[in-house]
Amino acid sequence: MIYFQLFWAYLKIGIFGFGGGYAMLSMIQFEIVDHYGWMTLEEFADIVALSQMTPGPVGINMATFTGYTVGGFWGSMLATLSLVMPSLLLLVFVLKFLFKNKDNFIVKSTLSSMKPVIAGLIFVAALQMMNPGNFTDFGLHQNNISVIICAVSFVAVFFTKINPILLIIASGLVGYLVY
Amino acid sequence: MKIVWQLFITFFNIGAFTLGGGYAMLEMVERAVVTKRQWIAKDEFWDMITIVQMLPGVFAVNTALYTGYKIKGLRGAVAACLGAIIPSIVIILLIAVFFLDYKENPVIERIFRGIRPCVVALILSPSIKMFINAKVNWKTAIFPIATIVLIYFFKVSPVYIILATIIGSVSFAFYSQNRLNKSKS
Repeated sequence: MIYFQLFWAYLKIGIFGFGGGYAMLSMIQFEIVDHYGWMTLEEFADIVALSQMTPGPVGINMATFTGYTVGGFWGSMLATLSLVMPSLLLLVFVLKFLFKNKDNFIVKSTLSSMKPVIAGLIFVAALQMMNPGNFTDFGLHQNNISVIICAVSFVAVFFTKINPILLIIASGLVGYLVY
Repeated sequence: MKIVWQLFITFFNIGAFTLGGGYAMLEMVERAVVTKRQWIAKDEFWDMITIVQMLPGVFAVNTALYTGYKIKGLRGAVAACLGAIIPSIVIILLIAVFFLDYKENPVIERIFRGIRPCVVALILSPSIKMFINAKVNWKTAIFPIATIVLIYFFKVSPVYIILATIIGSVSFAFYSQNRLNKSKS
Protein backbone atom coordinates (compact mmCIF):
# COMPACT_ATOMS: atom_id res chain seq x y z
CA MET A 1 0.00 0.00 0.00
CA ILE A 2 2.75 2.43 0.96
CA TYR A 3 4.52 1.62 -2.31
CA PHE A 4 1.47 2.46 -4.33
CA GLN A 5 1.06 5.74 -2.42
CA LEU A 6 4.71 6.65 -3.02
CA PHE A 7 4.33 5.85 -6.71
CA TRP A 8 1.16 7.93 -7.01
CA ALA A 9 2.53 10.89 -5.03
CA TYR A 10 5.70 11.17 -7.10
CA LEU A 11 3.96 10.49 -10.39
CA LYS A 12 1.71 13.50 -9.75
CA ILE A 13 4.71 15.62 -8.83
CA GLY A 14 6.48 14.52 -12.03
CA ILE A 15 3.48 15.49 -14.16
CA PHE A 16 2.54 18.78 -12.48
CA GLY A 17 5.93 19.86 -11.19
CA PHE A 18 6.11 23.13 -13.10
CA GLY A 19 8.20 26.08 -11.98
CA GLY A 20 11.54 24.60 -10.97
CA GLY A 21 13.11 23.02 -7.90
CA TYR A 22 11.45 25.01 -5.12
CA ALA A 23 7.96 24.58 -6.57
CA MET A 24 8.59 20.85 -6.72
CA LEU A 25 9.86 20.95 -3.16
CA SER A 26 6.63 22.48 -1.93
CA MET A 27 4.62 19.82 -3.76
CA ILE A 28 6.75 17.10 -2.16
CA GLN A 29 6.14 18.72 1.22
CA PHE A 30 2.39 18.71 0.66
CA GLU A 31 2.30 15.04 -0.29
CA ILE A 32 4.80 13.66 2.22
CA VAL A 33 4.04 15.81 5.29
CA ASP A 34 0.49 17.18 4.92
CA HIS A 35 -1.26 14.53 2.91
CA TYR A 36 0.28 11.24 4.03
CA GLY A 37 1.84 12.40 7.30
CA TRP A 38 4.91 10.25 6.71
CA MET A 39 7.22 12.69 8.44
CA THR A 40 7.24 15.92 10.44
CA LEU A 41 8.15 19.34 9.06
CA GLU A 42 11.42 19.18 11.00
CA GLU A 43 12.43 15.89 9.40
CA PHE A 44 11.45 17.36 6.06
CA ALA A 45 13.61 20.47 6.65
CA ASP A 46 16.57 18.20 7.47
CA ILE A 47 16.11 16.32 4.21
CA VAL A 48 15.88 19.58 2.25
CA ALA A 49 19.18 20.74 3.78
CA LEU A 50 20.95 17.44 3.05
CA SER A 51 19.58 17.35 -0.50
CA GLN A 52 20.87 20.86 -1.14
CA MET A 53 24.33 20.00 0.11
CA THR A 54 24.62 16.81 -1.93
CA PRO A 55 25.68 16.90 -5.59
CA GLY A 56 23.06 16.19 -8.21
CA PRO A 57 19.54 17.47 -8.95
CA VAL A 58 17.69 18.48 -5.77
CA GLY A 59 14.43 16.92 -6.99
CA ILE A 60 16.07 13.52 -7.43
CA ASN A 61 17.85 13.83 -4.08
CA MET A 62 14.56 14.65 -2.34
CA ALA A 63 12.69 11.78 -4.00
CA THR A 64 15.40 9.25 -3.13
CA PHE A 65 15.74 10.48 0.46
CA THR A 66 12.03 10.70 1.28
CA GLY A 67 11.39 7.43 -0.55
CA TYR A 68 14.06 5.72 1.55
CA THR A 69 12.74 7.19 4.80
CA VAL A 70 9.19 6.08 4.03
CA GLY A 71 9.72 2.74 2.28
CA GLY A 72 13.36 1.67 2.51
CA PHE A 73 15.50 0.84 -0.51
CA TRP A 74 12.60 -0.10 -2.80
CA GLY A 75 10.70 2.96 -1.67
CA SER A 76 13.59 5.16 -2.79
CA MET A 77 13.81 3.47 -6.20
CA LEU A 78 10.07 3.69 -6.72
CA ALA A 79 9.84 7.36 -5.71
CA THR A 80 12.71 8.38 -7.98
CA LEU A 81 11.52 6.42 -11.00
CA SER A 82 7.94 7.65 -10.61
CA LEU A 83 9.24 11.21 -10.58
CA VAL A 84 11.28 10.71 -13.77
CA MET A 85 8.77 8.59 -15.70
CA PRO A 86 6.40 11.41 -16.81
CA SER A 87 9.37 13.38 -18.19
CA LEU A 88 10.37 10.42 -20.32
CA LEU A 89 6.83 9.95 -21.62
CA LEU A 90 6.45 13.67 -22.24
CA LEU A 91 9.63 13.69 -24.35
CA VAL A 92 7.99 12.29 -27.46
CA PHE A 93 4.92 14.49 -27.15
CA VAL A 94 6.88 17.67 -26.54
CA LEU A 95 9.24 17.04 -29.44
CA LYS A 96 6.27 16.79 -31.76
CA PHE A 97 4.28 19.72 -30.43
CA LEU A 98 6.18 22.25 -28.37
CA PHE A 99 9.29 22.57 -30.53
CA LYS A 100 7.07 23.63 -33.41
CA ASN A 101 4.97 25.96 -31.29
CA LYS A 102 7.48 27.53 -29.00
CA ASP A 103 6.33 31.04 -29.89
CA ASN A 104 2.71 30.00 -29.61
CA PHE A 105 0.58 32.61 -27.82
CA ILE A 106 -1.35 30.05 -25.78
CA VAL A 107 1.76 28.24 -24.54
CA LYS A 108 3.38 31.51 -23.58
CA SER A 109 0.42 33.07 -21.81
CA THR A 110 -0.27 29.86 -19.88
CA LEU A 111 3.29 29.73 -18.63
CA SER A 112 3.33 33.36 -17.60
CA SER A 113 0.03 33.09 -15.78
CA MET A 114 1.37 30.16 -13.80
CA LYS A 115 4.14 32.26 -12.25
CA PRO A 116 2.06 34.06 -9.56
CA VAL A 117 0.45 30.76 -8.59
CA ILE A 118 3.81 29.04 -8.25
CA ALA A 119 5.09 31.97 -6.18
CA GLY A 120 2.14 31.41 -3.83
CA LEU A 121 2.81 27.69 -3.75
CA ILE A 122 6.42 28.12 -2.63
CA PHE A 123 5.38 30.79 -0.13
CA VAL A 124 3.03 28.31 1.57
CA ALA A 125 5.86 25.78 1.89
CA ALA A 126 7.95 28.38 3.74
CA LEU A 127 4.94 29.48 5.82
CA GLN A 128 4.20 25.94 6.96
CA MET A 129 7.80 25.42 7.96
CA MET A 130 7.61 28.37 10.34
CA ASN A 131 6.49 26.11 13.17
CA PRO A 132 7.72 25.48 16.73
CA GLY A 133 9.66 22.42 15.58
CA ASN A 134 11.85 24.43 13.24
CA PHE A 135 12.04 27.48 15.50
CA THR A 136 12.72 25.77 18.81
CA ASP A 137 13.63 28.85 20.82
CA PHE A 138 10.98 31.23 19.52
CA GLY A 139 9.17 33.21 22.22
CA LEU A 140 9.05 36.39 24.25
CA HIS A 141 11.33 35.19 27.04
CA GLN A 142 13.67 33.06 24.95
CA ASN A 143 16.77 33.97 23.03
CA ASN A 144 15.24 33.56 19.54
CA ILE A 145 18.46 32.51 17.89
CA SER A 146 16.51 30.51 15.31
CA VAL A 147 14.71 33.70 14.25
CA ILE A 148 18.04 35.49 13.86
CA ILE A 149 19.45 32.60 11.78
CA CYS A 150 16.40 32.70 9.53
CA ALA A 151 16.45 36.50 9.12
CA VAL A 152 20.17 36.69 8.40
CA SER A 153 19.97 33.77 5.95
CA PHE A 154 17.04 35.39 4.19
CA VAL A 155 18.81 38.71 3.76
CA ALA A 156 21.95 36.96 2.55
CA VAL A 157 20.26 34.72 0.01
CA PHE A 158 17.79 37.36 -1.16
CA PHE A 159 20.18 40.26 -1.67
CA THR A 160 23.48 38.55 -2.51
CA LYS A 161 24.59 35.71 -4.71
CA ILE A 162 25.94 33.68 -1.81
CA ASN A 163 25.94 29.91 -2.25
CA PRO A 164 23.09 28.40 -0.15
CA ILE A 165 25.37 25.54 0.87
CA LEU A 166 27.62 28.01 2.70
CA LEU A 167 24.59 29.34 4.57
CA ILE A 168 23.52 25.83 5.57
CA ILE A 169 27.01 25.04 6.86
CA ALA A 170 27.25 28.35 8.73
CA SER A 171 23.82 27.84 10.33
CA GLY A 172 24.79 24.32 11.35
CA LEU A 173 27.91 25.67 12.98
CA VAL A 174 25.91 28.34 14.84
CA GLY A 175 23.48 25.65 16.00
CA TYR A 176 26.34 23.47 17.26
CA LEU A 177 27.86 26.37 19.16
CA VAL A 178 24.75 27.88 20.78
CA TYR A 179 22.39 24.97 21.47
CA MET B 1 26.82 2.31 -28.99
CA LYS B 2 29.99 4.22 -28.24
CA ILE B 3 28.16 7.54 -28.23
CA VAL B 4 25.42 6.15 -25.98
CA TRP B 5 28.08 5.10 -23.47
CA GLN B 6 29.83 8.48 -23.75
CA LEU B 7 26.52 10.21 -23.09
CA PHE B 8 26.03 8.12 -19.97
CA ILE B 9 29.54 8.93 -18.71
CA THR B 10 29.22 12.64 -19.54
CA PHE B 11 25.99 13.05 -17.58
CA PHE B 12 27.25 10.77 -14.81
CA ASN B 13 30.13 13.19 -14.25
CA ILE B 14 27.79 16.16 -14.31
CA GLY B 15 25.41 14.46 -11.89
CA ALA B 16 28.20 13.50 -9.54
CA PHE B 17 29.94 16.86 -9.37
CA THR B 18 27.39 19.67 -9.71
CA LEU B 19 26.11 21.08 -6.48
CA GLY B 20 22.78 22.87 -6.47
CA GLY B 21 21.54 21.01 -9.54
CA GLY B 22 19.49 22.81 -12.19
CA TYR B 23 21.05 25.94 -13.55
CA ALA B 24 24.45 25.34 -12.01
CA MET B 25 24.86 22.31 -14.25
CA LEU B 26 23.87 24.00 -17.53
CA GLU B 27 27.32 25.44 -18.05
CA MET B 28 28.89 22.02 -17.50
CA VAL B 29 26.50 20.41 -19.97
CA GLU B 30 27.27 23.07 -22.56
CA ARG B 31 31.00 22.60 -22.10
CA ALA B 32 30.66 18.83 -22.47
CA VAL B 33 28.25 18.46 -25.38
CA VAL B 34 28.90 21.68 -27.33
CA THR B 35 32.52 22.68 -26.76
CA LYS B 36 34.25 19.39 -26.05
CA ARG B 37 32.38 16.72 -28.02
CA GLN B 38 30.70 19.03 -30.53
CA TRP B 39 27.60 16.86 -30.62
CA ILE B 40 25.27 19.84 -31.05
CA ALA B 41 25.70 23.45 -32.15
CA LYS B 42 25.64 26.16 -29.51
CA ASP B 43 22.49 27.90 -30.83
CA GLU B 44 20.69 24.62 -31.09
CA PHE B 45 21.59 23.78 -27.49
CA TRP B 46 20.30 27.05 -26.04
CA ASP B 47 17.14 26.93 -28.17
CA MET B 48 16.47 23.53 -26.71
CA ILE B 49 17.08 24.76 -23.16
CA THR B 50 14.52 27.55 -23.65
CA ILE B 51 11.87 24.90 -24.20
CA VAL B 52 13.14 22.48 -21.58
CA GLN B 53 12.81 25.24 -18.95
CA MET B 54 9.07 25.34 -19.55
CA LEU B 55 8.53 21.64 -18.93
CA PRO B 56 7.30 20.05 -15.72
CA GLY B 57 9.60 17.71 -13.82
CA VAL B 58 13.21 17.84 -12.68
CA PHE B 59 15.06 20.36 -14.86
CA ALA B 60 18.36 18.46 -14.83
CA VAL B 61 16.59 15.25 -15.86
CA ASN B 62 14.78 17.01 -18.68
CA THR B 63 18.03 18.58 -19.89
CA ALA B 64 19.68 15.15 -19.95
CA LEU B 65 16.70 13.59 -21.74
CA TYR B 66 16.49 16.19 -24.50
CA THR B 67 20.23 16.48 -25.03
CA GLY B 68 20.52 12.70 -25.19
CA TYR B 69 17.59 12.46 -27.55
CA LYS B 70 19.01 15.08 -29.91
CA ILE B 71 22.29 13.22 -30.10
CA LYS B 72 21.29 9.58 -30.17
CA GLY B 73 17.50 9.20 -30.08
CA LEU B 74 15.61 7.39 -27.37
CA ARG B 75 18.58 5.25 -26.32
CA GLY B 76 20.68 8.38 -25.93
CA ALA B 77 17.92 10.00 -23.86
CA VAL B 78 17.68 7.07 -21.46
CA ALA B 79 21.47 6.76 -21.15
CA ALA B 80 21.92 10.48 -20.39
CA CYS B 81 19.03 10.43 -17.91
CA LEU B 82 20.37 7.41 -16.04
CA GLY B 83 23.81 9.00 -15.98
CA ALA B 84 22.37 12.18 -14.45
CA ILE B 85 20.42 10.44 -11.67
CA ILE B 86 22.53 7.42 -10.65
CA PRO B 87 25.19 9.42 -8.72
CA SER B 88 22.43 11.22 -6.81
CA ILE B 89 20.67 7.99 -5.90
CA VAL B 90 23.86 6.30 -4.68
CA ILE B 91 25.12 9.27 -2.65
CA ILE B 92 21.73 10.03 -1.10
CA LEU B 93 21.17 6.39 -0.15
CA LEU B 94 24.50 6.36 1.69
CA ILE B 95 23.66 9.62 3.48
CA ALA B 96 20.13 8.48 4.30
CA VAL B 97 21.34 5.24 5.88
CA PHE B 98 23.87 7.15 7.95
CA PHE B 99 21.56 10.04 8.84
CA LEU B 100 18.62 7.92 9.98
CA ASP B 101 20.99 6.11 12.35
CA TYR B 102 22.62 9.21 13.78
CA LYS B 103 19.90 11.84 13.84
CA GLU B 104 19.22 11.21 17.55
CA ASN B 105 22.87 11.96 18.24
CA PRO B 106 23.04 15.17 20.36
CA VAL B 107 25.72 16.79 18.21
CA ILE B 108 23.82 16.14 14.96
CA GLU B 109 20.62 17.36 16.62
CA ARG B 110 22.27 20.65 17.64
CA ILE B 111 23.64 21.19 14.15
CA PHE B 112 20.23 20.62 12.59
CA ARG B 113 18.48 22.88 15.08
CA GLY B 114 20.63 25.62 13.57
CA ILE B 115 20.08 24.50 9.98
CA ARG B 116 16.26 24.27 10.01
CA PRO B 117 15.53 28.02 10.27
CA CYS B 118 18.05 28.58 7.47
CA VAL B 119 16.11 26.14 5.25
CA VAL B 120 12.96 28.20 5.86
CA ALA B 121 14.80 31.28 4.58
CA LEU B 122 16.10 29.36 1.56
CA ILE B 123 12.52 28.53 0.57
CA LEU B 124 11.04 31.93 1.44
CA SER B 125 13.50 33.85 -0.72
CA PRO B 126 12.69 32.31 -4.14
CA SER B 127 8.96 32.76 -3.51
CA ILE B 128 9.39 36.48 -2.89
CA LYS B 129 11.69 36.75 -5.91
CA MET B 130 9.07 35.03 -8.02
CA PHE B 131 6.35 37.42 -6.80
CA ILE B 132 8.51 40.29 -8.02
CA ASN B 133 9.49 38.54 -11.24
CA ALA B 134 5.86 37.72 -12.10
CA LYS B 135 4.99 41.43 -11.73
CA VAL B 136 2.11 40.67 -9.41
CA ASN B 137 -0.17 43.74 -9.16
CA TRP B 138 -3.43 44.45 -7.30
CA LYS B 139 -5.45 42.68 -9.95
CA THR B 140 -3.33 39.55 -10.30
CA ALA B 141 -2.62 39.31 -6.57
CA ILE B 142 -5.82 37.31 -6.29
CA PHE B 143 -4.07 34.27 -7.81
CA PRO B 144 -1.21 33.85 -5.31
CA ILE B 145 -3.51 34.83 -2.44
CA ALA B 146 -6.09 32.25 -3.48
CA THR B 147 -3.29 29.67 -3.81
CA ILE B 148 -1.99 30.42 -0.32
CA VAL B 149 -5.46 30.32 1.28
CA LEU B 150 -6.48 27.13 -0.52
CA ILE B 151 -3.34 25.20 0.39
CA TYR B 152 -2.68 26.59 3.85
CA PHE B 153 -6.21 26.70 5.25
CA PHE B 154 -8.17 24.27 3.11
CA LYS B 155 -5.38 21.74 2.45
CA VAL B 156 -6.13 21.65 -1.27
CA SER B 157 -3.43 19.74 -3.15
CA PRO B 158 -1.06 21.95 -5.21
CA VAL B 159 -1.63 19.48 -8.05
CA TYR B 160 -5.27 20.57 -8.40
CA ILE B 161 -4.34 24.22 -8.19
CA ILE B 162 -1.80 23.88 -10.99
CA LEU B 163 -4.25 21.83 -13.06
CA ALA B 164 -6.94 24.50 -12.58
CA THR B 165 -4.47 27.24 -13.54
CA ILE B 166 -3.55 25.42 -16.75
CA ILE B 167 -7.18 24.84 -17.72
CA GLY B 168 -8.13 28.40 -16.80
CA SER B 169 -5.34 30.13 -18.67
CA VAL B 170 -5.53 27.91 -21.75
CA SER B 171 -9.25 28.66 -22.11
CA PHE B 172 -8.69 32.34 -21.45
CA ALA B 173 -5.91 32.43 -24.04
CA PHE B 174 -8.14 30.72 -26.62
CA TYR B 175 -10.93 33.16 -25.82
CA SER B 176 -8.78 36.26 -26.21
CA GLN B 177 -7.15 34.93 -29.36
CA ASN B 178 -10.57 34.35 -30.90
CA ARG B 179 -11.70 37.84 -29.99
CA LEU B 180 -8.55 39.27 -31.49
CA ASN B 181 -9.11 37.36 -34.73
CA LYS B 182 -12.74 38.51 -34.91
CA SER B 183 -11.91 42.16 -34.42
CA LYS B 184 -9.28 41.90 -37.15
CA SER B 185 -11.70 40.49 -39.73
